[in-house]
Amino acid sequence: MLRSKNRPHNFDIRHQNGFTAIAVICFAFLYTPIFTMMAYAFNQGDSIALWEGFSLRWFVSAWENEQVKESALRSLVIAGFASSISTIAATMAALATTRTKKFRGQNIVYAVINQPLMVPEIVTGVALLIFFALIKSITGYTGLGYLIIAHTAFCIPFAYLPIRARLEGMNLILETAAADLYATPWKTFRRVTFPLLFPGIIAGAMLAFVISLDDVVITELVKSAGQDTLPTYMLGQLRRAITPEINAISTALLGITVFILTLFYLLSRKSE
Amino acid sequence: MGLKKPANLSENPPESASAVLKTEKNRPERRRWLLLSPALLLLLLAASGPLLIVLVYSFLTPADYSGVVWDFSLEGWKGVIWQRDIFTNTISLSDAHLRVLVRSVKLSFFTTALTLVFGFPTAYFIATRPAKKRSFWLFLITIPFWTNLLIRTFAIMEVIRNQGILNSLLIHMHLIDAPLQILYTDFAILAGMLYVYLPLMVLPIYSSMERFDFNLVEAGYDLYASRRQTMRHIILPLVRPGIVAGSILVFIPSLGAYVTPRILGGGKSMMLGNLIELQFGQGNNWPLGAALSFFLLMLTMIFLFVYIRLTSKSVKSYA
Repeated sequence: MLRSKNRPHNFDIRHQNGFTAIAVICFAFLYTPIFTMMAYAFNQGDSIALWEGFSLRWFVSAWENEQVKESALRSLVIAGFASSISTIAATMAALATTRTKKFRGQNIVYAVINQPLMVPEIVTGVALLIFFALIKSITGYTGLGYLIIAHTAFCIPFAYLPIRARLEGMNLILETAAADLYATPWKTFRRVTFPLLFPGIIAGAMLAFVISLDDVVITELVKSAGQDTLPTYMLGQLRRAITPEINAISTALLGITVFILTLFYLLSRKSE
Repeated sequence: MGLKKPANLSENPPESASAVLKTEKNRPERRRWLLLSPALLLLLLAASGPLLIVLVYSFLTPADYSGVVWDFSLEGWKGVIWQRDIFTNTISLSDAHLRVLVRSVKLSFFTTALTLVFGFPTAYFIATRPAKKRSFWLFLITIPFWTNLLIRTFAIMEVIRNQGILNSLLIHMHLIDAPLQILYTDFAILAGMLYVYLPLMVLPIYSSMERFDFNLVEAGYDLYASRRQTMRHIILPLVRPGIVAGSILVFIPSLGAYVTPRILGGGKSMMLGNLIELQFGQGNNWPLGAALSFFLLMLTMIFLFVYIRLTSKSVKSYA
């Protein structure tokens, strides 16, 4: 680390003019709206513009709102099914595509798995709307199954990525050793691969859960009448007069997201 | 397993030996496809497959009430940019659709450019923090990233609406007398998309910057480079993959945005996503909606292809 004579002694090679200022502006820009929204969730008055004192009344009213409860429960059911099914499928897919030589059809497989990330959501939503309308007219079934299948499909790449990353970091030596000791492939998987892979699977399941819980576009297009999830319910409410109840619901959802995210970080740090 | 094969070979006559080898070779292959089948089936059923149905529907005739009649027609595709005057039965370019199209492309480009202008220095800032503090700053970017898009759009709407804090602040400071109408304009959509997609730009740039070796910058300064020269000729070329990834991640959802323009643009400032949805709701023209969807998909792929082509070329020229 020789210093040239033309530079002052306290010269920081990493410094770039104005970058820190822009970064500070960015963080302020990202958080001012979120904090404002959270603050008005605790407003005593009916307005999201005038502050009239601290109160928890909007949380209470959201909690007692039957529609909110119903749609929140529906969101949880869909996210629960979608994240568990997609995680199982993604784990199997990750086992099949990592730590292996390039195989025939590899590019197509990757394209199909990552498709929900590349195709605009509105296009997938429209495609499912048409497809499910066709199936509805044939079978007559109008239940929650459509939403669960739709969510499962677009959750797969999100569950797949962390599981795949975890697998790629795992050495094949342990599994080879198990096989050398006459363990069957299933036994090797259950006793060696699975325990090592577990943090990745949990991380994948949590990401899938959050992604499913957050979805607006595809749900809005696919849902039948009376199948609102919490986000589509909120979207519908935004067209009417807005009360701080929406802020309260948003704040609660934000809290859940931060909670899951913190868990996710702790898990991935532990596994390192 | 590797040891078994030669033993089998020596015991069996040559003809079946090749057969044994073949099944031995095929078994992992078959297992791979078996393991892949649930994911692929689900995705073909509820993601890739239905796209083909969209293509078919775009060539059909709209039904009176909802859905389609199975008669071949090109009206859906014509309707993407042309319109038929119902009184004179003449065909002309559809101003409304063209405006939506131009707005979508324009706003997506601006969003990508602005997120880059703000996101790059932010990613740089995070990457140059001491290792221990880095994860804290990164966490601050990840929280909005994982927060529901609807909630974030709603949050920015509260800031820019007529009675929102931005207008109250400006009036309080006597900069303006009456609230500015920001909501339901193109500018509102741009602000919203910048807000919503900023983390998508910062994260990939950060991850390619994280591995950047600052000794290279030191070497640049030793060779009498200025700050700007080290940025242009050393840092930028090496973090280019992150910039490319970030731009793609921002541009694709911007072009197909639905929630942000619906809330911040209202009925006045529609984007392609809203125009598509309209055809399956009030507009009640499924073939047109299908054609518009496929058009959006092709537009996305074309931009993606051109962008990757352009950027991979410039990467090569640096290498």
